[in-house]
Amino acid sequence: MAKVLVVTSGKGGVGKTTSSAALGAALAHGGEKVVVIDFDVGLRNLDLVMGAERRVVFDLINVVQGDAKLNQALIRDKRIENLSLLPASQTRDKDALTEEGVARVLDELRQKFDWIICDSPAGIERGATMAMRHADVAVVVTNPEVSSVRDSDRIIGLLDSKTELAEKGGRIEKHLLLTRYDPVRAERGEMLKVDDVLEILSIPLIGIIPESEEVLRASNVGSPVTLNNPGSAPGRAYFDAVRRLKGETVELTIPSDKKSLFGKLFGRRAA
Amino acid sequence: MSLLSFFNRRTSAPVARERLQILLAHERGIVGGKPDLVSQLREEILAVVRRHVMVEQDNVQVKMNRDSDISTLEIEIEIPAPAAAGA
Repeated sequence: MAKVLVVTSGKGGVGKTTSSAALGAALAHGGEKVVVIDFDVGLRNLDLVMGAERRVVFDLINVVQGDAKLNQALIRDKRIENLSLLPASQTRDKDALTEEGVARVLDELRQKFDWIICDSPAGIERGATMAMRHADVAVVVTNPEVSSVRDSDRIIGLLDSKTELAEKGGRIEKHLLLTRYDPVRAERGEMLKVDDVLEILSIPLIGIIPESEEVLRASNVGSPVTLNNPGSAPGRAYFDAVRRLKGETVELTIPSDKKSLFGKLFGRRAA
Repeated sequence: MSLLSFFNRRTSAPVARERLQILLAHERGIVGGKPDLVSQLREEILAVVRRHVMVEQDNVQVKMNRDSDISTLEIEIEIPAPAAAGA
């Protein structure tokens, strides 16, 4: 059965789009049929990060409003054929997203794909609430930094109250993805540690993405980091996160680009 | 001197952690629409103490630490000096 996954955070710039693209590509690499939807109406960027910016003809709003068929708007990735992108509109505003329209598009996507990844915009306004509204699973992207942790806490509250699943009395599955983590600084006491963030937010950890030059390198060329350099530290970290999303138990380590003892020294087990 | 200050340097991450814990304990109550345990306790303790001594709202600190084995409730009330209280 298809799973609708929302990648959210509250705060901007923490790595939602990077993570949506990287998780989507890693899932697709493993043979799953995946679509990644950009919910950031007016400020779309997923197309750029995935290298499809020149192939956008129709978008999510066109499909929601019935001006285009889903198949006309879906952009199939040129590198992995079972990975597709549904871009956001760059010219319309968020109010064009109606709850019924989004629900209808998601239902149609459920027939075609195994994973529907909703890349949420920052904030807690309409775009963000629409992205999480119909989700089964949430990945909360958090940086080890006070403002990001605070916003994630707020978003977790919304996931538990404003989603369709929560309103029906169910409980949305939530996972923490800690990004831009620097184990050396954390060990020196200059950055919140993994355990600090976990204790404060109390949701299970799906992965730790280390701060790495590879992330910018990948977005520069329009390729998810898991495709551009699967063997890099963030690449491996995202692949591990995907295995955990699929229910596997994977030992929790912080991959490193350099040959250091850190990954081994601070290797941890998934909760 | 610089070597000493290097070893004595207070790290910032524990400060971040504590600030977040206090802030979020408060905000979770507001967002949820009902006061959480910590802020409720804080209000009630303040009310009881105020029957006898006038204390400022900011001078009552209530912290709750949850661990797997044991949870602790830490209450710190700063009472004004007798001279100030009598004035």
